[in-house]
Amino acid sequence: MTNRYAIQIDDCQFRYQQNSDSVVLQIAHWEIKKGETVFVYGPSGSGKSTLLNLLAGILLPQRGTIKLDEVILNQLSHRKRDAYRARHIGMVFQRFNLIPYLTVADNIKLASHFSKQGKQHLQQRTLELMNALQLDAQILERPASQLSVGQQQRVAIVRSLINQPELLIVDEPTSALDSDARDSFVDLLLEQVKAMQATLIFVSHDRILAQHFSRQLDIQSFVVAGEKHAV
Amino acid sequence: MLFKLAWKSLLARRVSVLLTVLMMIVSIFVLLSVETIRYQAKDSFTKTVSGVDLIVGARTGQVNLLLYSVFHIGVPTNNISWQSYQDIASRSSVAWTIPISLGDSHRGYRVIGTSTDFFEFFRFGNKQSLEFQQGKAFDDHFDAVIGSEVAKQLGYQVDDAIVLSHGIANTSFSKHDDNPFQITGILAPTGTPVDQSVYVSLQGIEAIHANWQGGVKVPGTTTPNVENLQPQAITAFMLGLNSRIQTFNLQRQINEYQQEPLQAILPGATLMSLWSMLSSVEQLLLLIASLVLLGALIGMANMLLVSMRERRHELSVLRALGYRPGFLFCLLQLEALLISLVAAVGAFISLQLSMYVLKDWLLQEYGILLTRLSILNEFLFMLPMVMLASFLVALIPAVSAYRQGLHQQLNL
Repeated sequence: MTNRYAIQIDDCQFRYQQNSDSVVLQIAHWEIKKGETVFVYGPSGSGKSTLLNLLAGILLPQRGTIKLDEVILNQLSHRKRDAYRARHIGMVFQRFNLIPYLTVADNIKLASHFSKQGKQHLQQRTLELMNALQLDAQILERPASQLSVGQQQRVAIVRSLINQPELLIVDEPTSALDSDARDSFVDLLLEQVKAMQATLIFVSHDRILAQHFSRQLDIQSFVVAGEKHAV
Repeated sequence: MLFKLAWKSLLARRVSVLLTVLMMIVSIFVLLSVETIRYQAKDSFTKTVSGVDLIVGARTGQVNLLLYSVFHIGVPTNNISWQSYQDIASRSSVAWTIPISLGDSHRGYRVIGTSTDFFEFFRFGNKQSLEFQQGKAFDDHFDAVIGSEVAKQLGYQVDDAIVLSHGIANTSFSKHDDNPFQITGILAPTGTPVDQSVYVSLQGIEAIHANWQGGVKVPGTTTPNVENLQPQAITAFMLGLNSRIQTFNLQRQINEYQQEPLQAILPGATLMSLWSMLSSVEQLLLLIASLVLLGALIGMANMLLVSMRERRHELSVLRALGYRPGFLFCLLQLEALLISLVAAVGAFISLQLSMYVLKDWLLQEYGILLTRLSILNEFLFMLPMVMLASFLVALIPAVSAYRQGLHQQLNL
């Protein structure tokens, strides 16, 4: 019997050690079913990035468990956490997703390098995803630095989906886009996530986008102490 | 993927990388040059004389005898008599001898009285014999043969007349100006002290000193009939044996010579012991060159370290994709390795090319004979050391990248 939850967090506490007055996240219980799309909002510096880094296994909670599907992420070794992230989690950042001097194809290969699928299959899948995200296959051989911001963000989505991750973490991907591009970007993203039956964590401070998602989370409900920093 | 990433990231930062490579090329070039000079100097030094089995002179230090007989440095302590020379030269085991008579100079260049056997039997380098660039060996008593450097510096041609000075100082006041010598030949460059010398016959030396006493000319006398002149003494002589097996035997006989205190040395062995005295200079050169390389390596480490700041997004992306901190360490190390390797090969090629281009000029201008043109051995000897040093210094940025990978949060 497989787990019906993509994310289960229990009795979890995280605080930055160096900086005692910064955000403390305390999550008594939080669970997300597979296939859900979650919109996480809150002001800058309120702990959204901290939550994402916890989910990606970059930061570790001082207490409690973060369970992704069947795996308790914070109990894995460094090596296994990195390997888990490579195969099961896709990530898209605000900007600077691509390595500027590599071609688009090489940027995608950076991720598919960890895939166990055959080269041919990956190539075909790249083209499918490019097509779905309305990217011309001709840009594959161009350096990432020559792409527009919108194109770069869509290539980042292609790359984050190439290994068919169960969990997709997206952090303010639209902040560099204008409003038309933003809506179509979110539509394309949700379409792909649905097609793959992946779980999506989408972080933004832009509440207008919230309507597209199945669930919403105010990050401040996790914050128990510390100042809220406006950065 | 690692290699592609390292290579392309270097290309993407080509200006600062190129400057770093140039800096490394210069420093490796210096190190490689010093290494080559060390070898070449030793080689050229130890090949100043070859094919000579023994050098015989008055009893003095071994190195001293070598210095004045071969390098024409320093002052001979004593002469050896003509009879002793004749006695030893006539022994059956001796194939040939080259007498050497020192004491005069011409405008700072040593004048050596010898016989025509010198041109026939003297060997240098890899048993190379002397060749004439112009003219021929001396044949009359007042003929002279000059080394290539003397001819070049003083602008002499065959048939020019020169006046010898008594003593070896550059500004001697006692000149043998009543008996000028005529240049009959100019020797080809050898890269040895031969280039800096003037050769005349023993009879010529004897003739110009015939009426001298205590270093000055006796007034009102004329040069006697040179045909009958017999040298009274010579400074030293070199000899070659019929069979080299007899070397030690003859050396012992000479050292125990009853009629006169004599000393015989093996030129090769004495050259080596002299060289070992000079090797501290050689070590110092190597130390300086190594410090220059260290400076360049630190420059490279600094360049990589500074680049980490602008590459933090890049490192963050790699971490997000699941690349381990160890990958970042390897990436930085590989970049350092590529820079060092390209620089080492660049330095090798430029030094090799300059040696081919400059070899004639070096010999002509500085009397440095490049005995071996390939520096591949020195390069292969040095390459692993440069790479190791590069690895050690690049630990600084590589460990920094590792720690950054370990602690840095994603999505900056």
